[in-house]
Amino acid sequence: MSESALAPLQQSPLHAEHVALGAAFTDFGGWQMPVRYSSDLAEHHAVRTAAGIFDISHMAEISVTGADAGAFLDYALAGRLSTLPLLKAKYSLLLDEQGGIVDDLIVYASAEAEYLVVANASNRHAVVEALVARQADFEVQLSDLTEHLALIAVQGPLSRSVLEATAGLELRDDLSRGRTLDTLGYYAAMGMAFEGTSALVARTGYTGEDGFELYVDAEQAVTLWRALLAAGEPLGLVPCGLAARDTLRLEAGMPLYGHELGLSIQPSQAGLGRVVVTDKPRFVGKAAIEAGPAADARVLVGLTTEGRRAPRADYPVMLGDTEVGLITSGALSPTLGYPVAMAFVDPAVREPGTALEVDVRGTRVAATVVSLPFYQRKAAS
Amino acid sequence: MSVPNDLQYTAEHEWVRLDGDVATVGITQYAADALGDVVYVDLPKVGAAMTAGAIVGEVESTKSVGELYAPLDGEVVEANDAVAAAPETINADPYGDGWLVKVRVSGTPALLSADEYRALIGG
Repeated sequence: MSESALAPLQQSPLHAEHVALGAAFTDFGGWQMPVRYSSDLAEHHAVRTAAGIFDISHMAEISVTGADAGAFLDYALAGRLSTLPLLKAKYSLLLDEQGGIVDDLIVYASAEAEYLVVANASNRHAVVEALVARQADFEVQLSDLTEHLALIAVQGPLSRSVLEATAGLELRDDLSRGRTLDTLGYYAAMGMAFEGTSALVARTGYTGEDGFELYVDAEQAVTLWRALLAAGEPLGLVPCGLAARDTLRLEAGMPLYGHELGLSIQPSQAGLGRVVVTDKPRFVGKAAIEAGPAADARVLVGLTTEGRRAPRADYPVMLGDTEVGLITSGALSPTLGYPVAMAFVDPAVREPGTALEVDVRGTRVAATVVSLPFYQRKAAS
Repeated sequence: MSVPNDLQYTAEHEWVRLDGDVATVGITQYAADALGDVVYVDLPKVGAAMTAGAIVGEVESTKSVGELYAPLDGEVVEANDAVAAAPETINADPYGDGWLVKVRVSGTPALLSADEYRALIGG
């Protein structure tokens, strides 16, 4: 199965912009995307203190339309999407029959009888295949819009000011439905006018800061990107790559598919039991979720460690001579100044305060179980 | 990508400045850029013996861990404590203040010229 390895990497509609900005690139989910523009630490700090702009056009967008769209998603996904109010977003999961996680998703109620399902790039085909396979009993149409849409995230405490200052990005009553950037709630969305088309602007993100994600036609991506950068630069906005995105989401305790989430992991193990609505009459994975994972199944925890050497994915977590877990993600936290990590550990050692060790390339490093997230922004003033 | 002509190199992206029988060793700009911001370095101790090709330290960024390979045989005579305290120096000045160790060389090292190293990294 080397199909994906042979396929050429896809490029974002903003690729030439990144090259002009001097980005270094990495292969991510089949896409060639910026890993950093200058310094991943400076980009990280910009998002915590001012604002950063990310091209995340590699994310997959699948539209679900039709009379049964809500009922279909209630069956196909773990959550209850049929009652999601118009222009609201919900974090959800796509499970297999064994209750394992095929992908984690954001679902937008984007219009009447229309939903936008946003999936990870690496899982795009698995998600499309699963949705197609589950649609038989429903009156729905599925459409993979990934190549037609660009997705730009503006994140950080000054992100609203950046959008408000962006030339050409305008409120229009028929699109915003009474909302403004100021009043738009977390996990809510609205349309905005941009250069004769409309962009879907959502107050969502993957950094632990206030921020927005803008879905726009691929043809408009370059114009919007440049307008946001021009408006934001006086406010301290910098372009940010996937390296900063990863340390930001880690500090915020947000899972990354392939690290904290996967087919062999049930939602409750990853602390996502709340995402699964078990009182729905039927949904894919229901029987397995009701049976639950084994009592000794490992659970996701946060760890902090001493020193400056960060635990990395797959390093063993030890209690004495016994391996009690495995690291899934870790880094020296740029904001906090000490190493933070997430790990799946035996339930017996899951309680915050438990003293453990991590085997960092042959050296034992003292670790403590802590509650997630590691970092939480101050409430908006 | 800076590859100074007056230095010698290894395929593992170290540079070497030979001055008599003492070699100053660091990592190349190419390696520093590939790692991203360096946040931790683990250097060999003064007096430690080095064998060319052996792993003698680590250079760690937020994203990944790079191993430091001994570029030649010898004995460590100085480690750059300033870099251990301020690892970002490696990104800012890889061929200058970002040096890592000084080694008293024994034997004749086998190293790459600047042109050979440029060819290796495709620059």
